[in-house]
Amino acid sequence: MVMKDENGERIPLTIFDRDEKRGTITIIFQEAGKTTKSLAQLNAGDALIHVTGPLGSPTVIDKAGRIVMAGGGVGIAELVPIARHAKSLGSDLTIIVGARTRDLLILEDELRSLTDRVIVTTDDGSYGEKGLITLPLRRLLEKEKFDLAYCVGPDIMMKNVSLLTEEFKLRTIVSLDANMVDATGMCGTCRVMVGGKTRFACVDGPEFDGHEVDFPEFMLRQKRFVKEEKLALEKFETRCACGKR
Amino acid sequence: MNKQPASQRINNFDEVALGFSEEEALKEARGCLLCKKASCIKGCPVDIDIPGFIKLIKEKKYCEAADKIRDKNNLPAICGRVCPQEDQCERACVLNNKGRPIRIGYLERFVADWDMEHRREMRDEGSVERRALSVERAREDNRTPNASRPTPYALRPTKIAVIGSGPAGLTASADLAKMGYDVTLFEAFHKAGGVLVYGIPEFRLPKSIVAYEVDYVKSLGVAVETDVVVGRTVTIDGLKKEGFQAFFVGTGAGLPHFMGIEGENLNGVYSANEFLTRTNLMKAYLFPGYDTPISVGERIGVIGGGNVAMDSARCAKRLGGKEVVVIYRRTEREMPARIEEVENAKEEGIRFEFLANPTRILGKDGWISGVECIKNTLGEPDGSGRRRPVPIKGSEYMMKLDTLVCAIGQGPNPLLLSTMPELRLTKEGKVDAQQDGAASLGGVFAGGDIVSGDATVIWAMGSAKRAAAAIDLYLKGRKDA
Repeated sequence: MVMKDENGERIPLTIFDRDEKRGTITIIFQEAGKTTKSLAQLNAGDALIHVTGPLGSPTVIDKAGRIVMAGGGVGIAELVPIARHAKSLGSDLTIIVGARTRDLLILEDELRSLTDRVIVTTDDGSYGEKGLITLPLRRLLEKEKFDLAYCVGPDIMMKNVSLLTEEFKLRTIVSLDANMVDATGMCGTCRVMVGGKTRFACVDGPEFDGHEVDFPEFMLRQKRFVKEEKLALEKFETRCACGKR
Repeated sequence: MNKQPASQRINNFDEVALGFSEEEALKEARGCLLCKKASCIKGCPVDIDIPGFIKLIKEKKYCEAADKIRDKNNLPAICGRVCPQEDQCERACVLNNKGRPIRIGYLERFVADWDMEHRREMRDEGSVERRALSVERAREDNRTPNASRPTPYALRPTKIAVIGSGPAGLTASADLAKMGYDVTLFEAFHKAGGVLVYGIPEFRLPKSIVAYEVDYVKSLGVAVETDVVVGRTVTIDGLKKEGFQAFFVGTGAGLPHFMGIEGENLNGVYSANEFLTRTNLMKAYLFPGYDTPISVGERIGVIGGGNVAMDSARCAKRLGGKEVVVIYRRTEREMPARIEEVENAKEEGIRFEFLANPTRILGKDGWISGVECIKNTLGEPDGSGRRRPVPIKGSEYMMKLDTLVCAIGQGPNPLLLSTMPELRLTKEGKVDAQQDGAASLGGVFAGGDIVSGDATVIWAMGSAKRAAAAIDLYLKGRKDA
C-alpha cells in the first residue's frame, strides 16, 4: 500500500522487484487516476509519506509444471515476478502478453529472458499478432496440455481468459486489482464473491481461482467510485495546467 | 454542557459537545461530596481516584487533577469524551438518590483539556515532557556502562512489542513504559490510535486530541512504528529474533460483519468500518481536498443500534444525506448505543425505524436502490437478557435507499492470529486469554476487543492495564529478564 502525501489515498500497487542489499523495492504502475498521475510527477530523491507491505497472501504457485501465463497492460509488471518464481521451481513457461498498442507493451525483454515462448498481441496490430490474447491462447489450448494458467491484467481480460480455460478444464489463477482502503481485511471494500463465498482481495487474495470468481459482479463493484475518481482527476489536471502557466 | 446547535453542526465535522467552562466545572465539583468510601471508583474500570481529582478541581489545581487521573488512566481527554460514564462511575454516584449524579465525565474532560492548554506553565514543575526527557537520557545512560544518574523509573532493557495502537495498545504501552520497559508499539495504519482515529468521528473525538494523547504515550519513551502489519510485513518470530521478549496483542475487533443477505455487494453498500474509515481516518468528508472518495446519496440507511451505528448515521448526515434512517431490530430501550449519542442523533434529524430487520437489498445496474425489511415483535429475553426480536410473517415492506451502512458489529481480526497457529482461540476466533490477559503461548498477552469482542474504549483500557501488570510479573519471574 502506498500513500503519497498527508492528504493522499491509500492505493495497492504491485511490488515488481526488490534488492535486499540496497534495501529497495521496485514498483511499476500505470498513470490512470489522480494518485498515479501525481506519483508519476515525483522526482528521484522524493519520498512517499507511507509505504506498507508486502500484504495479501503469497502466490499459490508452489510446484513446477507446464504453465501458460497471460498478462495485459500494467498487469505484465506483476506477471514477471510470478514467472520468475515459477521458473525457479523448474516450470516450463509459455507467456502471452497483450497491449493496446506497441508503445504500451512493457517488460518484453524480461519476459523473453525467462522463456523462448513469448507471444505478443496488440489491439491495433502495431506489434505481434493483432487482436486479443484469447486468440493465440485458444490455439495453444487446442494443441497442447498445460497444468495451470495464470492471468493478470484488465478485469475483462481475466474474465475472458477464465471463460476460455474453463472450456478446456484448465485450472486458472487470476490476480485481482481491487480498490482497497486498509488492505488488512478491516473494511471489506475489496470483497469479491469466489465460489459463492465473500472473500477479501486484500488478505485472502489477490490470487483466486478464475473459474470461481464472480466477474460480472466484481466488474460492477470496480465502478463504485468512478464519478469521484473522474472529479479528482479533472481537478488535478486543471491545477497542473495552471501550475505550468 | 454546551453543544453546537444541531442546525449548525450537521454541516460540519467540528466537535459537538463544547465542554465545561471553568465556572461550570467548579460549580459541578463543589457539588461532589468527596465520599470517603467512594462508590464511583468501583464503577470505573480503571479505578481512577475520582474524589481525589475532583478535590483538586475544587482547589483549582487542574493540572494536578489531570495528573491524578493519569495515575490510572493514560488517556483522560479521550475517556472524558467517549466513556459511557452513565453506566459506570456516574451510575455508582450516591447523588443518584437525590436527583442526579456528579458529571464525572465532563469534569474529566475539563481537566484533561485544561491540562493540554496549560502544559507550558507546568513544564518547570516536573511535567510530562520533563519526565520524558529524563527517560530518554536514562535510556542513553543505560547503554553506557557507568550510568549512575538517578531516573524516575527503574529502567529495564527488556523489549516488549505491543501490537495495535488503539485504546488497549496505547494503555499497555504507557503502563509498561512507566515501569521502565523498552516498548515498541506497532500500528498497521499510517496513523496511531486505532479505532480512536479510524472509527470514532471527529465531531465526537477530535483527532488532534488523539494525536496529543499518542504524543503523551510517546513522551513516556514508547517507540511508535506505523505502517507495520504484524503477521504480514513482520512476524512474531521475526520480532522474537529482534529481541522482543513479551507481546501484547491489541488488534481489536476489525473484521466487519455483513448480514449475509441478497444484494450486499451492490455498490453503495458499506460496512461501517469502511464507511467510518473513509470518513474519519482518510478524511473523505474533505474530498477532493483529500484524495479518498466516499459516495453518499440522499437517502441513507444504517443498520444497527450501537455507537458505531450512531456514528455512521451522524457522519452520513454531515456528508450531505437528506434523509438518514437507523434501522434497528429491537426497540429504543434495547439499543446498546449511549443515550447521549442517540439524543444527539435525534436532534440532528436522524430517523429511527425500530423493530425492523432487512431481508434483502435491491439494486439497479449494480447500485443499491432500496432495502426490503420485515417487521419484528419482541419475544422472550435471549442470552443477552434483552428481548429477542421475532419477525412477523408477511410484514415485509420496502424502503428506498441510495446508500446502506451495515453496523451490526465486528469480529476479531484474524490477520495476525492466523499466523500464530499454536495460539489458542475461542470459537468466535478471539484470543482465549485469562483474566490477566495471558494467552496460551508463553510471553503472549492480549487485551481489548481481540479478547472481549466489540466493547468500550475504557473496558479495553482496563484489560490492557491488567495485562501490563501481568507482563511485568511474567518478565520478573524469568531468570533472563
